[in-house]
Amino acid sequence: MPNILVVEDSPTMRQLIGFAIKRVPGAKVIEATDGVDALKKLSSEKIDIILADINMPIMDGLKLVSLVRGNPSYKNIPVIMITTEGAEEDKNKALAIGANAYLTKPIQTQELMKLVNSFIL
Amino acid sequence: MEKEPSISKKADEFLQIFKRGEEFTKDLIKENERLRFRIAQLEESVEQAGNEEKTRLYEDKIKILEDELVSILDRYRKTEEENKDFASKYVDVETENNMLANLYVASYQLHSTLDFNEVLRIVMEIIINLIGAEKFTIFLMDEKTNELVPVASEGLPLGEMPKAKMGEGTIGKVAREGESYFLKDLSSTSTSKVDPASPIVCIPLKIKEHVIGVISIYSIFVQKTTFSNIDYELFNLLAGHAATAIFSSRLYTQSERKLTTIQSFLDLLKEKPRR
Repeated sequence: MPNILVVEDSPTMRQLIGFAIKRVPGAKVIEATDGVDALKKLSSEKIDIILADINMPIMDGLKLVSLVRGNPSYKNIPVIMITTEGAEEDKNKALAIGANAYLTKPIQTQELMKLVNSFIL
Repeated sequence: MEKEPSISKKADEFLQIFKRGEEFTKDLIKENERLRFRIAQLEESVEQAGNEEKTRLYEDKIKILEDELVSILDRYRKTEEENKDFASKYVDVETENNMLANLYVASYQLHSTLDFNEVLRIVMEIIINLIGAEKFTIFLMDEKTNELVPVASEGLPLGEMPKAKMGEGTIGKVAREGESYFLKDLSSTSTSKVDPASPIVCIPLKIKEHVIGVISIYSIFVQKTTFSNIDYELFNLLAGHAATAIFSSRLYTQSERKLTTIQSFLDLLKEKPRR
C-alpha cells in the first residue's frame, strides 16, 4: 500500500496525476498544493514517494527537495519532479539537489507509471 | 605256432577298429565345428534382424518428433506474431487511455466552477500542462465593437497584446470562419520573439457556430517538438467546452452582479417607508 504525495498547485495536474496513480495496486494519493503543504503532509503521513512540480507558490519544488534531503526522517524518500521546465540545466539542477527523476509536462501517464513503479516495486 | 597269426589278425582288426574310431571322431569334430559355425551365423542374423527392427522404430519416432517440432515451431511463430500484435494493441490502448484521461480531466475541470476568472485559470492550466504551450493569449469577442479583446495571457504581458479585428489577420480570420489554424512547420518558430499577429495555433471558442473568442498560441515548450493526436483532441475539446464554460460563467457572474444590484435596490425600497 504505497502512499504517494502529489505536490502540485494546479488542480488539473493533481487530478491527472491522481488518475494515473490509481492504476498502481493499493496506492493512496495524498495531495499538497505547495512545498509548505507537502512538509505538513510529510509530518502527518507515512509517504513512500513524492511527485512534485517545480514552479509553485509559497515554496517551490526545488526548495522542497532540498528540505526533504536535509531531513533524516525523509531523506530516503524518492522524489520525481514533474515540470514544464524542459531545459537540460533545469534538469541537472533538480537532480543535483537530490531529485531521483525528472519528467517534463505534458506528461505521458505510461511514462509516469513506469517511473513510479520502478521506485515502489 | 597257430596262436601267432591269430594274435596278429586280432591286432590288425583292433588297429582297423581304432582307425575307424579315429576317423569317426574326426568326422564328429568336423560336424561339431560346422554346427558351431552355423549357430554363430544364425545368432548373427537374429541379432541383425533385431537391430533393423529397432532402427525402423527409431526412424519412425524421429519422424514423429520432427513433425511435432515443425508444428511447435509453427505455433511458436504464430504466438510470437500474436504477442507482437498484442504489444502493439497495448501501446494503442495505453495511448488511448492517456488521451481519454486528459480529455476527462480537462472536461471535468472546465465544468467544475461557474466563476469566470476560475474558468479562465483552468483553460490556461489545460493549455500549459496538457498541451504544453509556453506563450499564448485568450481573446474574447466584444459584441459591441466586433473586436477580439485579450483577457488572459501566459508568457506575454497582457497589456501589450493588441486587440484583433474580426476577419483581419490570422486571429480575426479564425474568429470569422470558425476554423482552427495550425502552422505546418513548427521547427521554424522562435520562442524568444513573438509577433502577436502570427500565432502558431489559433483555436476558435465556439458555441455551436457562434464564435465567442479565440485561443492564440505563439510558442510551445522546448521539450515539445510537434503536436500529437491528443493535442488536436484537446484543441477540439477546448473549442467547444472552454467556450461553453467561459460563456456560462460570464453569464452567471453577470447575473450574480445584477441580482446583487436588484437585491440592494429592493432592500433600499423596503427601508424607505420606515423613514
